[in-house]
Amino acid sequence: MEATIVEAINDALHEEMGNDDRTLVFGEDVAQSGGVFRATEGLLDEYGGDRVLDTPLSEIGIVGAAVGLATYGYRPIAEIQFSGFLPPAFDQLVTNASRIRWRTRGELTAPMTVRTPYGAGVRALEHHSESLEAAYAHIPGLKVAVPSTPHDAKGMLISAVRDPDPVLFMEPKHVYRSFREEVPEGTYTEPLGKAAVREEGEDVTVVAWGAMMHKTREAVDALDDVDVELVDLRSISPLDRETVVESVKKTGRCVVVHEAPKTGGFAGELIATINDEALMYLEAPVNRVTGFDVPVPLLAMEDFYIPQPPRIEEAIRETVDY
Amino acid sequence: MSEDLRPLTAGSVDADVETLSEADVDVGIHRILEPDGTYDPDAVPDVDDETLRDLYRWMVLQRVVDERATKLQRRGRLGTYASGRGQEASIVGSGFALDDADRVFPYGREAATLLIHGLSLRDLLLYWRGIEDASKMEGVNAFGVAISIGSHIPVAAGTAWGMKLDGADAVAFANLGDGATSTGAFHEGINFAGVIDAPAVFFTQNNQYAISLSFDGQTAADSVAQKAVGYGIDGIRVDGNDVLAVYEAVSAARDRALAGNPVLVEAVTYRRAAHTTSDDPNRYRDDEEVEEWAERDPLERYREFLRAEGLYDDIDEEALREEVDEMFDEAVDAADDFAEREVSEIFEHLHAETPPELRRQFDEFEDLLERRPDMYDYIERRPKG
Ligand SMILES: Cc1ncc(C[n+]2csc(CCOP(=O)(O)OP(=O)(O)O)c2C)c(N)n1
Repeated sequence: MEATIVEAINDALHEEMGNDDRTLVFGEDVAQSGGVFRATEGLLDEYGGDRVLDTPLSEIGIVGAAVGLATYGYRPIAEIQFSGFLPPAFDQLVTNASRIRWRTRGELTAPMTVRTPYGAGVRALEHHSESLEAAYAHIPGLKVAVPSTPHDAKGMLISAVRDPDPVLFMEPKHVYRSFREEVPEGTYTEPLGKAAVREEGEDVTVVAWGAMMHKTREAVDALDDVDVELVDLRSISPLDRETVVESVKKTGRCVVVHEAPKTGGFAGELIATINDEALMYLEAPVNRVTGFDVPVPLLAMEDFYIPQPPRIEEAIRETVDY
Repeated sequence: MSEDLRPLTAGSVDADVETLSEADVDVGIHRILEPDGTYDPDAVPDVDDETLRDLYRWMVLQRVVDERATKLQRRGRLGTYASGRGQEASIVGSGFALDDADRVFPYGREAATLLIHGLSLRDLLLYWRGIEDASKMEGVNAFGVAISIGSHIPVAAGTAWGMKLDGADAVAFANLGDGATSTGAFHEGINFAGVIDAPAVFFTQNNQYAISLSFDGQTAADSVAQKAVGYGIDGIRVDGNDVLAVYEAVSAARDRALAGNPVLVEAVTYRRAAHTTSDDPNRYRDDEEVEEWAERDPLERYREFLRAEGLYDDIDEEALREEVDEMFDEAVDAADDFAEREVSEIFEHLHAETPPELRRQFDEFEDLLERRPDMYDYIERRPKG
């Protein structure tokens, strides 16, 4: 079937709700109205009000309850309506979700998934556009996944739901509906913690994820004379060091693209990893194209904030010509 | 303790234990104008006729602004907009009870409260066009709009604390929805205000919905007002479609707050429009319910009162609407004329002094914009700003 990212997510939720009757879906507006982005459409009709719930406006409650359910043997799939509203629940992710296995020496585990649309580019109000993946990746014990295609969105979400540990599943809402691709029917999984090489190339490795994958691809397509190896990171944590490092060893050059602010952004971790494991292969310093060290501007200026293809092109060229 | 001292099974012992339930809390509703238009003349607040007429004028303004702004959004000339249709009595009645020295903590649906408090209509439009400058709230004693629901409630408590320390003759006034009462910030903020005897008024417009969630899914409690009891502060429940009752209730709450008793006010009302311009309320509520509340329309109810008092004859409804329309047109023109935003503005105002790294990011970006004019093809600036 041909599906957009948001349809693929909906399909994955239908699959897992059907596959395991201990899965629950809950969050603000997810049941009766099918979610503000329609990601949970149809679930209430099919699985009923005991398993598909509209919760109070309560992010701490949603994520904290997911921990309670998960440690009690359920498989909660919680939605946080926009990632900008996850900060109140940051405490639950840090204090409980991510460390419960460690704290109880394996006695309790929290197999829970928190889905949340993230990123800029949809002309939303304040607090609706942040991408704080690096902050969540900094929490030991929490997996952070970011699909960029419908195929991956479905397969990785099913993996997330089945994962024995908590997963934060960040959905690039800017490309929720921007394109379709073939998505297999039925259940399949795509691994977490595994990057994907989208295009093989010899001259330079470019690493991106989420909506930036698509901006990057556009930049790469415009650079006919540069042979780019395009790596879609897909999981921020755990990090697939091997795919990145092997690629950089092959090309000798690397550019990282992300939408989050530069300082403390995940590009920093990738660059450190490359320094650790492939320094002697580098023919140029690792470059990065990122958002700026400011909050995402309101809608009139947000497109200036987002790394656009010409900026990415320039960085790639600079790295290749170094 | 030895093993055999532990009870082996949980069971019921036959004991008479008193429980406290919400039935023990008597929550009446303050109202002056009955839904059928009748009222007790002695209960009408003692304000001059012009004020009584102004309350009406401001409700009309709120309604026209909502209608026009919604249309503007449809034409792509405004971003997402949140209408206050149906809530005019709560919005205007509360706004009228405030003093200029009071600091308002808005949450987005209450245009008239901010306009009464001094915001320009142009800036209100600029805000919904996503232009940062409008968040300055120029000339208005107001905090920024709390888009993250509930986030402003503890902040209002803190400001009220400062007002108390200063001996200021002012309160912090936080506007919120029923949805906000489920956030942790609400509970922490209200509890905090209670403990420090902060001059704060927490004004909840219970419009029955938080996007698609109806009030009974939001809380198991029968009312928001009763929650005050648990925190040891005062609670007031008021008919939110009765502008006189709201005006009176918030005035009373303000007085109580100034005396060191923070107040949680619940205005019981109804959001007749969609949650915002990007919402479709047909997915979660039926026409019948909307109709039912349309019959309790705050403007109609108040118009009946003004008629009965012989005050409506002085109001030319058509001219009034035209006047607001004109104001709106002028505000749109002024918003259109607002200077184009410069790239520099996204780098400004984050720090008192821009750190070198951020300055470097700006310089590099400016340089790129010069070298790659095609950047502008990727940078759309819609709606107009
Ligand atoms: C912390 C947080 N969570 C979720 C949202 C998304 N959201 C925006 S408005 C809203 C409902 C708010 O309901 P209520 O507080 O009753 O105010 P109303 O819109 O009904 O006036 C939700 C869930 C948000 N803005 N902030």
